[in-house]
Amino acid sequence: MLLDVHDIQTFYGGSQALFGVHLKMDEGEVVALMGRNGMGKSTTIKSICNLTPPKAGRISFGGQPTDRQPPHKVARLGIGLVPEGRRCFPNLTVYENLVAAARPGRWTLERVNDLFPRLAERRDQLARSLSGGEQQMLAVGRALMTNPRLLILDEATEGLAPVIRLDIWRAIRALKADGLSILVVDKTLSELLPVADRCVVLENGRNAWEGRPDALTAELQDRYLGV
Amino acid sequence: MNRETRVNLLLLVLLLAVPFVADALGQTFTVTLVTRIAILALAAVGLNIALGLGGLVSFGHAAFFGIGGYAAGILASHAMSGEPMLFGFEGSAQMPVIWIVAMLAAGLVSLAIGVISLRTSGVYFIMITLAFAQMVYYFAISWPAYGGEDGLSITLRNGFPGLNTMRPTEFFLVCFGVLAVALVLSALLSASRFGAALQAARQNEVRLASIGIAPMPIRLTAFVLSAMITAVAGALYADLNRFVSPSMLSWHMSGELIVLVILGGTGRLMGPVAGAALFVLLEFWLGGITERWQFFLGLILLVTVLFARGGVIGLFAGKERHG
Repeated sequence: MLLDVHDIQTFYGGSQALFGVHLKMDEGEVVALMGRNGMGKSTTIKSICNLTPPKAGRISFGGQPTDRQPPHKVARLGIGLVPEGRRCFPNLTVYENLVAAARPGRWTLERVNDLFPRLAERRDQLARSLSGGEQQMLAVGRALMTNPRLLILDEATEGLAPVIRLDIWRAIRALKADGLSILVVDKTLSELLPVADRCVVLENGRNAWEGRPDALTAELQDRYLGV
Repeated sequence: MNRETRVNLLLLVLLLAVPFVADALGQTFTVTLVTRIAILALAAVGLNIALGLGGLVSFGHAAFFGIGGYAAGILASHAMSGEPMLFGFEGSAQMPVIWIVAMLAAGLVSLAIGVISLRTSGVYFIMITLAFAQMVYYFAISWPAYGGEDGLSITLRNGFPGLNTMRPTEFFLVCFGVLAVALVLSALLSASRFGAALQAARQNEVRLASIGIAPMPIRLTAFVLSAMITAVAGALYADLNRFVSPSMLSWHMSGELIVLVILGGTGRLMGPVAGAALFVLLEFWLGGITERWQFFLGLILLVTVLFARGGVIGLFAGKERHG
């Protein structure tokens, strides 16, 4: 098993956000983490990366427990995070954003540039001068440069132009075909469901439903994801 | 060649040419003035690595400047008197030896200061670096063996192989050479992967951690490098004045170095040079007109911070590539 999140409880100061979330992922699997806003998706991700360490429960990655490890150590175990809201380093160039993150492995600058040719064109531009979609490509590229065993995409296509979304989804499908394990949070079900192997639905900081994407009926979607 | 490169080259050529023209015209004082610019610029190049690239507002760089100065003073005084110092070392009146000692001493001290102070950030980092620098300052004051409060004279300016450093233009060349090396180093550093990570740490520490890089070792390395460069400047400054005193270690000096970096353009390669040039020239011209020249310096600094964040370099070379 690649990732095992067992019964975690996470707090922001005094307020509890997660009340016992479970999540298991195998190598090569693409899991969609779903739920309405505020149900604990991003908190689960932050807990996995130890950015907001859980107070109870346990997480192990590749068989190693991650508790009490600083975030950079967890990242080095092989978790590549693409955080919500295209978080690049705005005052570094595209090239610098990519090489600063690089760790040796299959993913190199050339391969990232093949995946997102636009990044090659923008090599020496500051990240802050890129369009939203290009920044998102850069954030994905930067995560890949760390050669992760698990890629986490938190709302990777939110707020992007439809054409750019297609590019990002094309990249996600290519990564899946390449055998990368991906944990993805996204609201575009029409794109998300075909690519996911399994869906995990959260509600009020707890697991509410889990199953194959084709079992997520319109009724269930309305129950757990509708607004 | 972009505009900033052209401005940078022009500055360097001016800096290099002025002393020789002045010397030919018999204006030795101008040579000394430009030498002072080069030395202060060197100190600020050091600080700029921590402050400009790393965002580490060190209010204690006078400690490293002063340690460099005392390295020059102490080694020279032992070489002069022939009295052996620690481990039977005889002292030295050779600049390269002094620089190495200055860098080692400042490197060790900055390592200790950095390990502790880099655990804090923001205003606490500023205060803790200030506190450490004040400790070094009071230590120097209360150490009678090397002059204490009165400071230490260097009878004969330390030498450099192949040059007569007592001649102002030749001493200037030494300073300019060291400054040029430091600038090349600083440019290579900021273009390197390490430089990218250092700037990333300034922009967002958590984001850096989430790609698997711990900010602390990177910042510590930058802080130590920065201190070592500033220490060499301190040694040269002592040689320029042929005198070292605790005032080199005082918090005024730390503040002055920060002012140089901000005036010139924080994080810009040649910002420290432009800042030092402006500072020394203002000190000279305004100082000749009124005793209260620092009031006007304050005004200029205020205007820079409010309206011209890019400093002098920003004014002439446009917006920065790095921010």
